[in-house]
Amino acid sequence: MLTLIRKTLTRVAMAACIGTVPVAAQADTELTMYYPIAVGGPLTQVVDGIVADFMKENPDIKVNAIYAGNYNDARIKALAALRSGEPAQLSVMFSIDIYELIEQDAIVAFDDIVTSPEDKAWLDSFYPTLMENGRTGGKTWGIPFQRSTIVMYYNKDAFRAAGLDPEKAPATWDELVVAGKKLTKADGSQWGVMIPSTGYPYWMFGALTMQNDQVLMNSAGDTTYFDAPSTISALEFWKDLGTEYKVMPEGTIEWGTLRQNFLEGKTAIMWHSTGNLTTVKQNAKFDFGVAMLPANKRRGTPTGGGNFYIFKKTSPEERVAAMKLIKFMTSPERSAEWSMKTGYMGVSPAAYNTRKLQDYVKDFPYAAVARDQLEFATAELSTYQTGRVRKALDDAIQAALAGTKTPAAALREAQTTADRLLKAYR
Amino acid sequence: MHPAYNLMRHVYGWLLLTPAAILLIAFTHYPTVATFYESLFSKGTAIRPSRFVGSANYQAMIEDPIFWKVLVNNLWFAAGTIPVSVALAITMAMLVNRSLPGRSFLRMAYFTPTILPMIAVANIWLFFYSPDIGLIDQILGWFGLPGHNWLGDPATVLPAIIVMTIWKEAGFFMIFYLAALQNLPPELEEAAKLEGASRWYYFRRVVFPLLMPTTLFVLVNAILNSFKLVDHLFVLTKGGPDNASNLLLYYIYENAFSYFDTNYAATLTVVLLTMLAIMALAQFFFLDRRIHYR
Amino acid sequence: MQRQYRAVSTAFETFAAWFIAILWISPLLYAFWAAFHANEYAIHFELLAPLTLDNFREALSQAPFLRYGFNTFVLVTMLLTSQLVICTLAAYAFARYDFVGSNIAFALVLVQLMITPEILIVENYSTLAELGLVDTITGIGLPYMASAFGIFLLRQTFKSTPKELEDAARLEGCGTLGILWRVYVPLARPTYLAYGLVSISHHWNNFLWPLVVTNSVETRPLTVGLGIFGAPESGVDWSIVSAATLLSVAPLLVAFLLFQRQFIQSFMHSGIK
Repeated sequence: MLTLIRKTLTRVAMAACIGTVPVAAQADTELTMYYPIAVGGPLTQVVDGIVADFMKENPDIKVNAIYAGNYNDARIKALAALRSGEPAQLSVMFSIDIYELIEQDAIVAFDDIVTSPEDKAWLDSFYPTLMENGRTGGKTWGIPFQRSTIVMYYNKDAFRAAGLDPEKAPATWDELVVAGKKLTKADGSQWGVMIPSTGYPYWMFGALTMQNDQVLMNSAGDTTYFDAPSTISALEFWKDLGTEYKVMPEGTIEWGTLRQNFLEGKTAIMWHSTGNLTTVKQNAKFDFGVAMLPANKRRGTPTGGGNFYIFKKTSPEERVAAMKLIKFMTSPERSAEWSMKTGYMGVSPAAYNTRKLQDYVKDFPYAAVARDQLEFATAELSTYQTGRVRKALDDAIQAALAGTKTPAAALREAQTTADRLLKAYR
Repeated sequence: MHPAYNLMRHVYGWLLLTPAAILLIAFTHYPTVATFYESLFSKGTAIRPSRFVGSANYQAMIEDPIFWKVLVNNLWFAAGTIPVSVALAITMAMLVNRSLPGRSFLRMAYFTPTILPMIAVANIWLFFYSPDIGLIDQILGWFGLPGHNWLGDPATVLPAIIVMTIWKEAGFFMIFYLAALQNLPPELEEAAKLEGASRWYYFRRVVFPLLMPTTLFVLVNAILNSFKLVDHLFVLTKGGPDNASNLLLYYIYENAFSYFDTNYAATLTVVLLTMLAIMALAQFFFLDRRIHYR
Repeated sequence: MQRQYRAVSTAFETFAAWFIAILWISPLLYAFWAAFHANEYAIHFELLAPLTLDNFREALSQAPFLRYGFNTFVLVTMLLTSQLVICTLAAYAFARYDFVGSNIAFALVLVQLMITPEILIVENYSTLAELGLVDTITGIGLPYMASAFGIFLLRQTFKSTPKELEDAARLEGCGTLGILWRVYVPLARPTYLAYGLVSISHHWNNFLWPLVVTNSVETRPLTVGLGIFGAPESGVDWSIVSAATLLSVAPLLVAFLLFQRQFIQSFMHSGIK
């Protein structure tokens, strides 16, 4: 009732204020793309460059890229724009937003757009691991683009100073603890290792659980395994790095300032997104290395980052144009260029087979660590009600690391919350 | 009075009020009512449309441990910031109300944090609190003390934010005290001096009671601010670790704009509105009576 | 004895006053230090470290702060102008027209002193979406245009204006708005100044609501731009963040330093009911 009143009132008000709504009559297709990076950063220039190239090749399509901030902002803004009727045809959004977007009926499956066998083959041209977060219910909803995994950055100078082999990064949890103890200085001026626990704690935790041979959720996105014994022991290990082995500061570690800590030599090892690779390369004043994350029962990392989605409220012409743009941006050449400039991954084997990326990898082998690690990777935590489920896990991790709850108790609580939230979807 | 004028009086009055009335109704009164209404419905998505659920959201809220946590945090936040910043504000005002070297510089120094946006303040303070590389830990390091993960430890994160807020707000409240002090008749202090009263006695028995209306005004403002001010959380902690620094309005924001559950957000807003209403009534019935003696 | 005691206590108070002042101003001084030095000196304090403007250059190249600044300027100007007009009219009605329902209406206006628009972000956002004003500068300003605080302040001032002046103007043939414009507004100048400065500094610094409403560079004010800039996905660089922070607060800070007295007087004035 109130909504009705509001709608009528606003319509009257709109009519009074605006009078006539100008209708843009353009023959060309215009695409508005939301993009999850902060405006004006180095990445903006890269995306702008690719988009400009695309428009040069396709003069009949005009692309407006809207840089909305972080993943959360991009999703909020894109959905808000859709709801308020502003134009938005496609977007790069968090790969794990898939269920939320499906539930909001905001996106269209690529299977419903692609028709030719050639296009269907294109859907299978990406790394399967990167497609995991984009597929559910037998359909493909997201195409990988700005994708990353977690890798281990380490300070080779610090390794040398501690008497460790700088070419041999810790490959198991035990080696990590041993190396960490050697690297940690008693006066607190240098820690052995830092794993960030703000911002995206569940993501880092996804790596630890995978290394414990445990996934966090099923592929239908309606069940989580937060209280599985291997999940609990993974969190116990994370906590022990601080309290038991003393190789990591206790309490939570800030995602945003961690890179600075590493560059300042305050920690010899950090786990962070490959998306940081280029910045670290440019700013490190010491010899650094990049390695796969260590293994416990096996190696493991979640993938992360953003996928392309096409919104449902689009005309057939717009969908065709959007497909063109997505194909252009994920083409091997562009994906290779994107990877070199940012540190994000190339999205298909073909991208790593391009000449320029092969040359780059020869010169800077660390650029391929993320790709090599893909073999061990798994999907990032993503479920229905993903925001709340994620927060339940994030809170549990932070509570355990901060010592207010035991890992087992915290995770059981998170599982109860997740069960309550997901019951309706099973 | 002329009957036509009498009628015109009402017409003019309402005409003049109309622009303000439309905006106030649209953005204050209507949304207040709508918030109550929305809180009775379930979260709507394209697949599951919103439906009337009565008090289910309130039930969920009562069972939501995070709700209770943010509520308690809000109370601690208010209890931590308000008394100290008010006491500091009075002290500052007393200090710079007399002639002393560099008085205008001092006033400016106290007042400057007030005109900075909270988001900028948080950017600056984030660096102070950052473990190991942050300024506070470095200063502790000079004295050979170990650093601390100020924002990463649930025990220190709220106090850390409280300290920052006190820094931001004390100068603002000082201004009101300064204004009040300047309105006090100067004879009072002379009389007190002649009587041989100590300065402390004079402050406690004469000045402080006379400042009471200002204190009440400042208190109301301070309490309001403690509910409204969450900007810094976006930069400093995002409410973490484990909601240790989360506040009610930030939790409302998270629910509405991160989880798209506007209905639960509305339910939480109802709590906030109720608390503000209680405050308004308390001010009206209890405090105003005491203010109006002057 | 008494005199000596007084001298000691005065000296102590002066010391305390300066001590607090230095403590209070130092975070800002620190931001200045960090902004004008290379990143490594933000962490390793060194008195004679070389000065640099690189951080500002970098901040400006990484985000369109000039555009943000322009947006903020447009927002604040538009908002203040509308506030002055709308609040003046309403305040005049309350001060001089004893119209039917005026008491209830005034009470309803005062509700906004408590329930400020930021508390109602959820509902106000959907209203704005229906109006099609999401991501517009008008949209940021709209909920604040009818300011209960402004109405209240101006009503008090108008009430203290001698009625005889109004009668004289009426005899000279002034209409309602003419009287308002010729008699009431000029006499309320100090109140306007006070309200204006308070409003400008409030909206220059406002964050939550603009964050919710804006999506694009063309509308985002400085605070939101700074908030996004300071919390990127990958990590922050202190010196550049400090430089960006200074860029965002500079206009208001400079204005404050230049017109300190007016600012402080204004805030004082606005607090006295």
